[in-house]
Amino acid sequence: MTRTLRPAEGSPGARIVGIGSAQPQRVVTNHELAERVDTNDEWIRRRVGIVTRRIAGPEQSLVDLASEAGGKAVADAGLSPSDIDTVLVATCTMPYSIPHSASQVAERIGITAPGAFDLNAACAGFCYGLATASDMIRSGSSGHVLVIGAEKLSDILDWDDRATSVIFGDGAGAAVVGPAAQPEIGPVAWGSAGDQYEVIRTTDRGHIFQEGQAVFRWATSKIGPFARRAVELAGLQPSDIDVLIPHQANLRIIEAIARQLRAAGARDDMVVADDIVDSGNTSSASIPLALDHMRAAGRVRSGDVMLLVGFGAGLTYAGQVALCP
Amino acid sequence: MNNEDILTDLAAIVEEVAGVDAADVTADKSFVDDLDIDSLSMVEIAVQAEDKFGVKIPDDQLANLKTVGDAVKYIGANLK
Repeated sequence: MTRTLRPAEGSPGARIVGIGSAQPQRVVTNHELAERVDTNDEWIRRRVGIVTRRIAGPEQSLVDLASEAGGKAVADAGLSPSDIDTVLVATCTMPYSIPHSASQVAERIGITAPGAFDLNAACAGFCYGLATASDMIRSGSSGHVLVIGAEKLSDILDWDDRATSVIFGDGAGAAVVGPAAQPEIGPVAWGSAGDQYEVIRTTDRGHIFQEGQAVFRWATSKIGPFARRAVELAGLQPSDIDVLIPHQANLRIIEAIARQLRAAGARDDMVVADDIVDSGNTSSASIPLALDHMRAAGRVRSGDVMLLVGFGAGLTYAGQVALCP
Repeated sequence: MNNEDILTDLAAIVEEVAGVDAADVTADKSFVDDLDIDSLSMVEIAVQAEDKFGVKIPDDQLANLKTVGDAVKYIGANLK
């Protein structure tokens, strides 16, 4: 006997309704790193674009950072924790794989018994999470989703490796996604390149490693075109983009993506996120962290058309257009 | 496409990527020593040259292209 199941009732669109972020107190300068490994401030600024990064001590965990950012996003949305029914944490640096972080984060914020799961798409994690949240709202699986990108990369850094220790930082950024009469989060453009799975990975000793030149080549050749695809999917032109927020991997990669988009018609006055200068590369946290900092600085305003582009280990990538809350 | 045409197009790419005046991009110039172009910019130039000329310039080949003339010769030899 065939049974027909009742479909969930979704919303015509989804939108970001609040954002928040959290960083450790401790600021680590290039000069401090140069005392330990053979590097210097000028080289790091020129090659990577980082001036400082935030590093958490042993007393501050990934769950702590995620909870602080998530709580702020819920408050920013003008909601109470009980309004959230799903918590999704994008991370690749939980210090253990069982249990995941999302349930603990929800408990910490005071969200009672939400759907909760972690998602690992490395530096593209926030964009994967945002796409998943948007689809959950539109399909009726959830009413309000708290999406958090949180990383404690300092846990997996080899502080004696000058190639990686200068790049990464710790932090968390979050967005609450809720229903909307019209979509304010565009369709996601995503994909992966599993043939290059080895170019960003952890070593046998558990330290993060990357083949810098291969990653740079991939990012500067493939990400611009797929970012344009995300714009197309939203039914927009590159000239419609007010704010470009790529994953804060390397300032040179960010500049290359911006240059390629401008060659395709994006405006000269398009604001381009450069939060990496102060925050370092925080993997899945970098996009919401940059967004929160840029909004606080008045560089992004409510209603702005933002292009979010995440890319990293896997290799995997995802991007979408979203309106600033 | 002759070497002169390749040089003209390559110089435009170098100007766009590295901000070096295209007129300064001549065959005898060393990318690193004369034009102050670092290895990351060389990768970007290679990526754009691959698109423009339809050739493959893998990282191990890229390391051998010391001068603008080396690059022009390599591109010319690998054009389809």
